[in-house]
Amino acid sequence: MSRAGTGGRREIAVDNRVFDLLSISIALVLAVHANHLPWWLTASPAALLAWRWWQRRQRHGRVPRWIKLPLLGLLTLAVIGSYGSIFGREPGAALAIGLLVLKAMECESTRDVRVAVSFACFALVSALLFRQNLVTTVVVALAVLPALATMRAMEPAQRPASLPRTLLPGLALLGATLPLALLAFALVPRLGSPLWGAPTPDEARTGLSDTMSPGNLTSLLIDDSPALRVSFDGAVPTRDLRYFRAYVMWDFDGRQWRRGRGSPEPAAPLEATQTITYQVTMVAPSRRRILPAMDIAMAAPPNARLLADHEVLANEPVTHSFSYGLRSALHYRLQPALDAQRRRRGLELPSGFNPRTHALAESWRMRYGNDDAAIVTAGLTLLRTGHFRYSLTPPPLGRDSADDFLFDTREGFCEHYASAFTVLMRSAGIPARVVTGYQGGYWSELGNYLLLRQSDAHAWSEVWLRGRGWVRVDPTAAARPERLSQGAAAALGTGRDWYDSPWLEGLRNHWDIVNRWWDQGVVGFDALRQRGMLTQFGIRDTSTRTMAVLIALTCALFMVLGLVWSLWQWRRRDSLREAFGVLERKLAQRGVVRRRGEGPRDYLARAARALPAQRDLLAQLSTDYLQLRYGADEASPEPLRAFRRAVREFHAARVVQ
Amino acid sequence: MRAWLQPVVLWGERRLPALTRYRRPESLPVSLHRRRIYIVPSGFGAGFALLLLTMLAGALNYANNAALLLTCLLGVASAASMLMAFRNLNGLQLSSLQASHAIAGQPVELTLRFTSTSSRDALRLDAADASQVFAMPAQGSVAVAINIATARRGWQPVPRLKIWTTWPLGMFRAWSWVHPDQRMLIWPRAEHSGPPPRVSALVTQRTRPRLGDEWAALRDYRIGDPQRHIAWKASAHHESLLVKDFAQPRGQTEWRLDWRELQGVEHEARISRLARWLGEAQAQRQRYSLWLPDNELPLDSGPLHYARCMNALAEMP
Repeated sequence: MSRAGTGGRREIAVDNRVFDLLSISIALVLAVHANHLPWWLTASPAALLAWRWWQRRQRHGRVPRWIKLPLLGLLTLAVIGSYGSIFGREPGAALAIGLLVLKAMECESTRDVRVAVSFACFALVSALLFRQNLVTTVVVALAVLPALATMRAMEPAQRPASLPRTLLPGLALLGATLPLALLAFALVPRLGSPLWGAPTPDEARTGLSDTMSPGNLTSLLIDDSPALRVSFDGAVPTRDLRYFRAYVMWDFDGRQWRRGRGSPEPAAPLEATQTITYQVTMVAPSRRRILPAMDIAMAAPPNARLLADHEVLANEPVTHSFSYGLRSALHYRLQPALDAQRRRRGLELPSGFNPRTHALAESWRMRYGNDDAAIVTAGLTLLRTGHFRYSLTPPPLGRDSADDFLFDTREGFCEHYASAFTVLMRSAGIPARVVTGYQGGYWSELGNYLLLRQSDAHAWSEVWLRGRGWVRVDPTAAARPERLSQGAAAALGTGRDWYDSPWLEGLRNHWDIVNRWWDQGVVGFDALRQRGMLTQFGIRDTSTRTMAVLIALTCALFMVLGLVWSLWQWRRRDSLREAFGVLERKLAQRGVVRRRGEGPRDYLARAARALPAQRDLLAQLSTDYLQLRYGADEASPEPLRAFRRAVREFHAARVVQ
Repeated sequence: MRAWLQPVVLWGERRLPALTRYRRPESLPVSLHRRRIYIVPSGFGAGFALLLLTMLAGALNYANNAALLLTCLLGVASAASMLMAFRNLNGLQLSSLQASHAIAGQPVELTLRFTSTSSRDALRLDAADASQVFAMPAQGSVAVAINIATARRGWQPVPRLKIWTTWPLGMFRAWSWVHPDQRMLIWPRAEHSGPPPRVSALVTQRTRPRLGDEWAALRDYRIGDPQRHIAWKASAHHESLLVKDFAQPRGQTEWRLDWRELQGVEHEARISRLARWLGEAQAQRQRYSLWLPDNELPLDSGPLHYARCMNALAEMP
């Protein structure tokens, strides 16, 4: 028994617990946005928040306006200075968290705190616009907990709890509502086209680019994030066949290889002897149109077309996780007849570059005559036996990049090899071109798919040989066979860091299975998937109206569940009372109805007078009941059972009568 | 409640008694249940819903399914908080109610006893203009005191009570009206100043201090104290001698207060004057009696007698 406190104000001022929780919420907002904002745009609001927290500890009160207004101006200037505008994703996020911290400056009433907490929820969810992988989503979902706890803490008259414990009810609430949230997620109709501007395609391009110069793949080769997931219909191709072509590059200016103008010509003739069918999922949106395909694509998937060099080009840049099915030839003859114009293009080199490479190529041409295949072999032999080293941090190359690489530095990675080799072949009069894409990958037995990371990006050459057409030649593999069999990390040889250890890599590969499940089930759950899911339940029509009806039905179902839960009252079963109720009903059938407010003793005494035949029995029942009810705090089980038996038999006695 | 809304509500209560059945007086105990608990979103709830809609539109527009999932989660959790608000009130029982003695113009303290089988937080009680917050322990009862302003003497109904909560997130406001059919008796206000009772009413009774009277306390021995007043037994446990100190009986008077003697004074003023005299008599620990047209209270003293007299005054027509 306790007595309530005497405070009774309706608009309670915010106490320290509420402000602590609010500060934690805002700090978490800063943390989840820290990844994509400049460090000072995270550090300065964090410092400001810490100062505000300390200031409020000393003395409650709003921060005066003459501090807030300059800070607001400073924030706007900082965002404009950093991004050039206040519109867009990054500047918007920077502005939002800045405003949130400024709001914390004036949080003194519940109303202020509620506005701040709502805004914090908004800012938390907006962090998912930058990254929507599983870890980020879970982190953001957990970061919502302090916000929920803040809302709770503002309610008056609570039983006291420690700060970490105040987070638990929010967790329970989110956990309990997760099933309905998932259902709502599955049923919310997806938009066919965005209502307003989607993120511009320039932003955050990842993956391969359509130009190549020695050294520009470096950032990719150390990026372990997944690029493609491929599942095959039928047998999995061996590792040496896992080449995924993206760009075919013809034009070389002495330093950079370019894809050149996309020729509108039809795809080059292809004679395939062995084909394979597979599905590719682009995990990271590349914001480019090229779709990597296994060497070599035979036809384009829907909404894409096949270019002259069998590159697959989508009609729209890929802006979110995207899947396509393809058929490719593993053994083929591509373009057995090369026309003069293409031949000229395949031999074009900028004049005045790489004289030593030219000299070497011409010496080979003299030695081998017309045997192009022998020259290719000689080139590969040079790379294999010439003490070339694989390195992700090679020394820079000068103006004559092929000369420098082949004769001086002899150190580089796939780009250097492919570029130099192609220049060498062209110098020898063999049409050649550079191809970039992905190679190798990790075969996940558990997930039954091939995972290609950005670090599996690769560059190789294609040379045209009479009678065989374009032939894939991988000069890097010639120099460092491990590159082919074990990936870029293995080719580096020495200097493995701890985070490259095999078991960690295995862990990462297994973790990717979870990510794949997330990407397929949640991130990639678009209108098409939604329709597919509903079709399994026999719902073919997926118009907005049907979805609305489905959502309404589901909500009704869960409302019923919720109502059952909320109306369920936990009552302790009182078997003595129940037994007495049975006795009451039996007596009522014989006309002795218990009156309102009549105690058990009076009632049974009255019943005994009304039913003289069973007076003794009723008197005994009355004594027993009173003894059980009032004799002790808790009725002992044995007499209780006896009483219930007696009540049951009382019924039997009546039948006899 | 806003002034312009009041006539509408009154009309509604008159025309649609079924809607307002639970706002009429009823006898205690009263349990809150689903038929008498009402829920609406609070302003904050409406604002948060708007924010969730914005988030939903943004997530759909950018085809961002992770944000959509989280928005759904927040939305469903907010909706579930409605059920929690309901559950916070459902099953709460107002078992008894007690009003303190109060004088017209001063607030009366109502003590309400709530019982519940489960624990509850952040319950609020509104009565007239006063409000109070309280929490319930599991399997327990709580006495909530609330002060209600009074204006005039006599029997007054207990005002309609509103029990409400915005637990747990403040997004929904659940409330229930309870109107106990109990009255509280407000005592009349005493006049500030006025004439003392007429001398004839004061019957002075000289009594001399008699030995054997109840002694009031023990005090240290002073030279000159009679020997037989020394408390020998008590002194045995003490360092110095102790003496039984007897209450010094003052001139004990009997105040016979009479309604009839205040002829020519206005009705309420008579009551105020009697109330003042009663107060003075009580303060001076006199013995007093009270004669009223329909009630006569014999000579007596003590707080109980005072309360009886004041009750009688308060009940005057």
